[in-house]
Amino acid sequence: MKMKENSMPELEMPALPKRKSKLNRLHVSDYVFIVICIFVIIICLLPLVNLLARSLSGSEYLIRNKVSLWPKGFNLTAYEAVFKESEYRRAFVWTVFLTVVGTLLSLTMTTLCAFPLIFDKLKGRGAMNIMITITMFFNAGTMPNYLLFKQLHMLDTPYVLLVPFCLSVFNMIIMRSFFYGIPDSLRESAELDGASFFQILTKIYLPLSKPVIATLALYYAVGRWNGYSDALMFAHNNKKNWPLQLYLWNMLQGQSNIDTTLEPGNVGYAEQTKAAVVMFSTIPILCIYPWLQKYFIHGVTVGAVKE
Amino acid sequence: MGAEEIKPSEPSADYGLPAKKLKGHKTGYMRRYWQLYAMLLLPVVYFIIFKYIPMIYVQAAWKDYKLDGTSIWNMPWTSKNGWKHFIDVFKNKQFHQALRNTITLNLLDLVVGFAVPIIFALILNELRMKKFKRTVQTVAYMPHFLSWVVIYGLAVQLFATNTGIVNNALEGMGIPRIGFLDKEIPWIIMYVLIGIWQSFGWNSILYLAAITSINPELYEAASVDGAGRFKKMWHITLPGIRPTIVILLIMSIGNIIGSGFDRPYALQKPLVLNVSEVLSTYIYKIGIVGSKWERGIAIGLFQSVVGVFFLLTANALARKLGDRGIW
Repeated sequence: MKMKENSMPELEMPALPKRKSKLNRLHVSDYVFIVICIFVIIICLLPLVNLLARSLSGSEYLIRNKVSLWPKGFNLTAYEAVFKESEYRRAFVWTVFLTVVGTLLSLTMTTLCAFPLIFDKLKGRGAMNIMITITMFFNAGTMPNYLLFKQLHMLDTPYVLLVPFCLSVFNMIIMRSFFYGIPDSLRESAELDGASFFQILTKIYLPLSKPVIATLALYYAVGRWNGYSDALMFAHNNKKNWPLQLYLWNMLQGQSNIDTTLEPGNVGYAEQTKAAVVMFSTIPILCIYPWLQKYFIHGVTVGAVKE
Repeated sequence: MGAEEIKPSEPSADYGLPAKKLKGHKTGYMRRYWQLYAMLLLPVVYFIIFKYIPMIYVQAAWKDYKLDGTSIWNMPWTSKNGWKHFIDVFKNKQFHQALRNTITLNLLDLVVGFAVPIIFALILNELRMKKFKRTVQTVAYMPHFLSWVVIYGLAVQLFATNTGIVNNALEGMGIPRIGFLDKEIPWIIMYVLIGIWQSFGWNSILYLAAITSINPELYEAASVDGAGRFKKMWHITLPGIRPTIVILLIMSIGNIIGSGFDRPYALQKPLVLNVSEVLSTYIYKIGIVGSKWERGIAIGLFQSVVGVFFLLTANALARKLGDRGIW
């Protein structure tokens, strides 16, 4: 594609011909667009608002279908119950741990892979690039991975959630193209001054790469936090290793059978708890991502442009 | 790496680089570059173990997999010249169903969902209030950050037949309650709509970036010629992002038989398994839950071969129609 790979794509919109006045010259179509966008906002937020309202409402209101977008009979009992439930607390702490360790591991591996590949003079760089590109097109798939993990005795251990998918080629390419954007003269003068490559990486490249590190940290962290399929496939037999999302999945599945059998009062409470758990397991991400928006947009475009 | 005896960063080394270069090429090279190779060591090991060795296991599709420790190379070939697992798979009704569902759902995603992020990007591009635009973007990206389990949780609460807010509203309008997630056709519609909901904002980022690379002079010239807003969208913006559209279209056509695991598995319910079982979830169920590993591998292999075929065809087609394609 056409965009220059060495420069960060500008995030601002193109400078459309400036019109002198703003609001007083809004066209009818402007209003149509604004209305559509407000509709989009509503569609995106409505499910979460509804969920939040349900998690905070009294069960007697829930069971009578009185709750829509605002909590009725406000109470925090469901959240208290979730916090008291030792299994969820443990799963939460475990998932935080997995996310932090997994993200650090992934960032380290990604950096170690991306940094050496920006040096033209490095012998074997071409072969390495080919080796990496092949894995983007040919992927052995779920079952061969499963057999490999079985052979390595990794099944049902925490390692299977951290190691096998720790390096994403896509993210590596994002980081590499960011490194390419850092002027060569910086590292050349450092080389002249006798700096080792480790020093060039840690003293020059990493401090300059905070935006891309933030982006990739977000990608990896969100992936680990939201992921449940690897645990379902490869670590299912050991409940201690389950991340929060797998617990949540199990609860949502189980609960759907109970609904009809319990007496009415409990159904409302079950509904409230369910809502609270869903809310509880997604809040950390909802709090973080808006602050990193400017970075992750950049990540998407670089990754796509560079292929 | 035979240069261990040489201290990597000798302080006494000559400052002038040219002199350094004149020394013996081999040792000088390794002395300078060994750290880069050291950095690459872990990633290389990673790629070999977790990306290339699994490829060896693909041959189990033609073999009787044994757990007694024999090497995969020595395992016996299956009957029917080794094609037993493939024949078993292709004769299986459930496989046919999963294949049909995969293609149906992906086609619907493509037909219904492909244009949504493009339209959304065009609209965003026309918004002149910066703050408002930012807000819309932030909110529209949000669903992408939810896990599919959470999205399933949201959907169950919203669309529940007896308690969901959507059905409550329908009843208020005098329309009978609908089992959105419990009946086959409504489930398919919900699957597609939820997929669009989750991804349209995120996918619009690429189109927005492509729009920024369009030459603003084109718009000015068009304005001078008296083109209105929609004419400019149609004649400048859309052709300007055409390469991006084509590439994403090729990739989704290439993916017509593939599918992620998280979305279908999270959304499928036992009641609607006839329409919601796709290849990825079927592989999991037959391969890992049912321990028919070889069959799982055979299906996966079939899936990637057909996927590559579609990708190549779509790419060739795009090039024939005058676009650049992926390569």
